[in-house]
Amino acid sequence: MAAPISACPACDAAPLAEEQAGKGYRGNGMEAKRIMLSLPQIYCAACIAGVERGLAKQDGVRAARVNLTLKRAVLDVDQDIEAQDLADYLTGIGFEAYELDPGQLKATATDKHGKDLLMRLGVSGFAMMNVMLLSVAVWSGATDATRDLFHWISAGIAIPTVGFSSQVFFKSAWSALRVRRLNMDVPISLAILLALGMSIYETMHSGAHAYFDAALSLTFFLLAGRYLDYRTRAVARSAAEELAALEVPRALRVVDGQADEQVPVSELEPGQIVRVVPGSRVPVDGIVTGGESELDRSLLTGESLPVAAAPDSIVSAGEVNLTGPLTVRVTAAGRDSSLHRMADLVAIAETARNRYTSLADKAAAVYAPVVHLLSFAAFLFWFWYSGDWRMSMNIAVATLIITCPCALGLAVPAVTTAASGRLFKQGMLLKSATAMERLAEVDHVVFDKTGTLTEGKPALDALARHKDRDLQVALALAEGSSHPLAQSLTQAARAAGVHPAEVSQVTEVPGKGIEGQWNGKTVRLGRAEWLGANAVGQTATYLSISGAKPVAFTFTDALRPGVEEAITALKAKGMGVTLISGDVPAAVADIAGRVGIDDWQADTLPEDKAEFVARLGKSGRKVLMVGDGLNDTAALAAAHVSISPASALEAARVVSDIVLLGKSMEPLSGAIDMSKSATRRIKENFAIAAGYNAIAIPVALMGFATPLAAALAMSTSSVTVSLNALRLKKG
Amino acid sequence: MNVLVYLIPISLLLGALGLAAFFWTLKTEQYDDPDGDGQRILSDRWDDNPPEE
Repeated sequence: MAAPISACPACDAAPLAEEQAGKGYRGNGMEAKRIMLSLPQIYCAACIAGVERGLAKQDGVRAARVNLTLKRAVLDVDQDIEAQDLADYLTGIGFEAYELDPGQLKATATDKHGKDLLMRLGVSGFAMMNVMLLSVAVWSGATDATRDLFHWISAGIAIPTVGFSSQVFFKSAWSALRVRRLNMDVPISLAILLALGMSIYETMHSGAHAYFDAALSLTFFLLAGRYLDYRTRAVARSAAEELAALEVPRALRVVDGQADEQVPVSELEPGQIVRVVPGSRVPVDGIVTGGESELDRSLLTGESLPVAAAPDSIVSAGEVNLTGPLTVRVTAAGRDSSLHRMADLVAIAETARNRYTSLADKAAAVYAPVVHLLSFAAFLFWFWYSGDWRMSMNIAVATLIITCPCALGLAVPAVTTAASGRLFKQGMLLKSATAMERLAEVDHVVFDKTGTLTEGKPALDALARHKDRDLQVALALAEGSSHPLAQSLTQAARAAGVHPAEVSQVTEVPGKGIEGQWNGKTVRLGRAEWLGANAVGQTATYLSISGAKPVAFTFTDALRPGVEEAITALKAKGMGVTLISGDVPAAVADIAGRVGIDDWQADTLPEDKAEFVARLGKSGRKVLMVGDGLNDTAALAAAHVSISPASALEAARVVSDIVLLGKSMEPLSGAIDMSKSATRRIKENFAIAAGYNAIAIPVALMGFATPLAAALAMSTSSVTVSLNALRLKKG
Repeated sequence: MNVLVYLIPISLLLGALGLAAFFWTLKTEQYDDPDGDGQRILSDRWDDNPPEE
């Protein structure tokens, strides 16, 4: 895009002067563009001021606001400003910054649902306090006309509040009832509506007891639980979205066979030519039209060895170009590319997961019928005994209210909030609401190899085995290359104190290797076929010194930190551990031996992985799948619960329940312990709620329940349950 | 008990005022960045001339 010519030349100079005057740049009369930057390192007031001041000084920036909670900056800028330049500038002045794709972040930007819940919570809180004030007056002895007046005022506050704030429960209850299921919201809605209805009737007939305060505090406490639950998931969701937004999908499109222009991947169409520079990810499915290189396909297939690519090779989105630049003719882009076809798989996975019944729903399935039958039985009994239908109704409703599902409604969210917060601090992101409960049930763990157990980066083997001369020449050749094997060789040789030999005329032959002159001889470092060497069975690069027998430098994939600890801990818990990979048997056996996994499979196709996981599941095992590649996606979806590292492909992260933010695998076993103790707390909370009911139900059935007793039972049980959940933080 | 005629409307009015204030804070996105708000109080950036709305 061409830079628009500024309407007034002075505007270009204005921002600096205005910033000093404390006003800020007002723009060049054109519509502003909103961009977002991720600022992972900021933490203090000085950082906020530094970033905002620095950004405001940049030309074309109209407004900049840092959000410290989300570690993100939102900017309004002129149309021609590139986010990448601003991110580079911030990184330059000491604040690490990355560009975010605003398209991926839309959902969190609006956050309507959260605000909506908070609004309803606020309204019900206001109403509850006012009605409670009036109720206290009634309980402490207001009678006759005063009591009726207070009841009428309470009704005036309670009716609109229930209509507004309790809608959340009514809607959810209705959608459950429509498909003939019972969830926790059914007894909640019934209790609120009956309490309100009976209180209005009692008020109209100057009755002594009205339960307006109970209906409102029920709404308030439960909305608080609902909001906690929502917050927990919103935090995880926004972090997951940020991971996705960090990969701004861009491609270099070749125009008229020469000039490149950077365009969003979504604008590419089949038939167009894109350039893929070394080190970048192939953005589309296509056919190579020019250039030679090697491709790293580990994210798609699990192979750790790079494959050669030359004109007419078929490439898929998600592969990484290693050595030479390639031009690729697009055959499928965006939604049609192989990466995006994963969306179908994801949809299938979601429906499979939805079949899982959460603990809360299980409790509701027991609780709701019991309570409803009890209060109905109470009504029948008292009506038969006294013949007074009004009193019988009062007792039945009191039973329904006093067995309040309040504590039950808080039992789960209070615990999950505390536990997710702790897991988040350890670098684990819980994306799904029931992930914690499912994680607690796991008894078999299946790992992928490349990129999951390993870092997906090669490390040079047995450096000492090589002759000094070979190492020196190899280092001199490798230094100039960006190929991962060359870089790893350079790193290892430098660390061992090797000095490079004097090699002249070093040139890189794309897709083959590096060539140079040393002591009048031609020396080459590169692929086996190029040198005429016999390939060894693992990742390797070869060195030949003019005619002498080529030497192989072999590499193994470096293990991800914490893997051994995690696997030892899992085994100590008596869990089954399996390694399943698409790589060749030798490489898989090697890694399996190093981390101590006896049960491994190599050469598996993505479908085989998924089927293996599904078969384990059918045989009654609860499988945790840990994987990062496209070839793991189906298996991740098929598992009982799944984890992927942050470095995984987006498709894999999307199907996973939990994302591992840090590099280390160590938190894995702790997370299982954590989820177990959280599930235990949830069950304890159910037991506490049941305990209260064991006392409250007989009292209510005998007709001794008063609105005061109901209010006490409701508050104490809710507070006890919340406190029990907080114990988790310390333990 | 006639004092109730004043007191009840007053208490309701005060409560409603609080509720209106809560709505305002919600509408103006004051709960979006709790950590940042806690830190910004330490910044002296706008001490002399507050930013224009």
